[in-house]
Amino acid sequence: MSETQTTYNYKVVRQFAVMTVIWGIVGMLVGVVIAAQLVWPELNFGPWLHFGRLRPLHTNAVIFAFGGSALFATSYYVVQRTSHARIFCDKLAAFTFWGWQLVILLAAVSLPLGFSTGKEYAELEWPIDLLIAVVWVSYAIVFFGTIAKRTVKHIYVANWFYGAFIIAIALLHIVNSAEIPVTLTKSYSAYAGVQDAMVQWWYGHNAVGFLLTAGFLGMMYYFVPKQAGRPVYSYRLSVVHFWALIFTYMWAGPHHLHYTALPDWTQSVGMIFSLILLAPSWGGMINGIMTLSGAWHKLRDDPILKFLITSLSFYGMSTFEGPMMSVKTVNALSHYTDWTVGHVHSGALGWVAMVSIGSIYYLLPRLFGKPEMYSVRLMTVHFWVATIGVVLYIASMWIAGVMQGLMWRAVNADGTLTYSFVEAVKGSYPFWTVRFIGGALFLVGMLIMAYNMFKTIASGKTVNDAPVLAPAAQHA
Amino acid sequence: MDINDFRSLTTVLGLLCFLGIVGWAYSRNSKKGFDEAANLPFADDDDSVPGHDTRHR
Repeated sequence: MSETQTTYNYKVVRQFAVMTVIWGIVGMLVGVVIAAQLVWPELNFGPWLHFGRLRPLHTNAVIFAFGGSALFATSYYVVQRTSHARIFCDKLAAFTFWGWQLVILLAAVSLPLGFSTGKEYAELEWPIDLLIAVVWVSYAIVFFGTIAKRTVKHIYVANWFYGAFIIAIALLHIVNSAEIPVTLTKSYSAYAGVQDAMVQWWYGHNAVGFLLTAGFLGMMYYFVPKQAGRPVYSYRLSVVHFWALIFTYMWAGPHHLHYTALPDWTQSVGMIFSLILLAPSWGGMINGIMTLSGAWHKLRDDPILKFLITSLSFYGMSTFEGPMMSVKTVNALSHYTDWTVGHVHSGALGWVAMVSIGSIYYLLPRLFGKPEMYSVRLMTVHFWVATIGVVLYIASMWIAGVMQGLMWRAVNADGTLTYSFVEAVKGSYPFWTVRFIGGALFLVGMLIMAYNMFKTIASGKTVNDAPVLAPAAQHA
Repeated sequence: MDINDFRSLTTVLGLLCFLGIVGWAYSRNSKKGFDEAANLPFADDDDSVPGHDTRHR
């Protein structure tokens, strides 16, 4: 390689990729612990390790530490690779890594200590919120700066999805975190009453829509075509379903507030938009799966493709289930039950985690100068352990959720409730045990991945000098 | 006109904008650019790691 040639910044990608696996293990371990606490309440030790404090730690760790790191790693890789340009401002990119790790550490300390705004998925207190805002704006500058200095004409579709995710999360975080500080560790929301609830679920659902969906679709649009060795099935479809997602997702939040103080018409608008969302969601799923059309045999012995294609199947399932659950009459049964938990994990484990795992398996050998992972067989083992874990998890939660919904609404002829609440709890125990086993299996899969990763690192070397392809047009 | 007319107008304009995007995406003129864009990930061979020969999966 000549001295003058520009290279891609692999360092920040490598840092985030390794931390994806580490934070995945931490976040899922906390998840398994709180699943165990539901089965064996004796495991609630003291205030710091109580379910009520560990649960937000679990959600923050898996969504923002694991999912967030995966998005940082892949977006920095994809934007450089498809723009044929080195990342914009290495120092700012390094700041996003260390800043994000600091946010995660502060969350891991402050949540068990009981500092919380009480807003789901936005529990972190105001000083951490400020840090998140600074890191996120830096992320946007690095990402869009890289796009601005691209040496190719087009902006590849994956970057559209990553870009939308970055802008939307900045908007959501800053609006929903508007709060009035009282002390260093306590603040009150700037909104009151039902407006506060609506802002919160506008944020909450769009965190699902843009962080857990658009961002990971960006991942899908790069790694599925690369691993399948063929361009995306329909670029037109990707453009149309991108804009359909953007136009629709912002209005679906009210379905989290069915049968509450929120005006009825707002709930109905949320339900209609959630139903419409099925179309753009399935557009993405079909586009991803059909990319493999004509190359299905590759699924047989390629564990990365197994992860990627299975993740799209779970994406299709959970984006069918979601609109269905947003229908008010269905929601009357499903809301507040474990069905919701099952739905979330069908998306979170089946879609988000699996597409991330597949993409990270793709990245690791390339970042450490190896032709492939240390053990391809262990990747396949990971795939099957994880898949069985997800299926156990969501099947048990479906059964438990429907059972709880039916027991809560059952009334006797004289109008009194047939079951007391604790009877539904008692009936749920076996299914909570199965859920614990499913979650533990998924965690075991992540430990296998970590072993495989460290073995790959140990025998590899860090790659900092992958040359930027230039001038790009001549190679196209 | 009060503010609610503007709200309805925004919805209608949003729909028209989306239909415009659909028309543009499926127009003949977009085809060439889309094909170029769809091949961007393959312009750049990330299978060749420094110190290794180009690999075949």
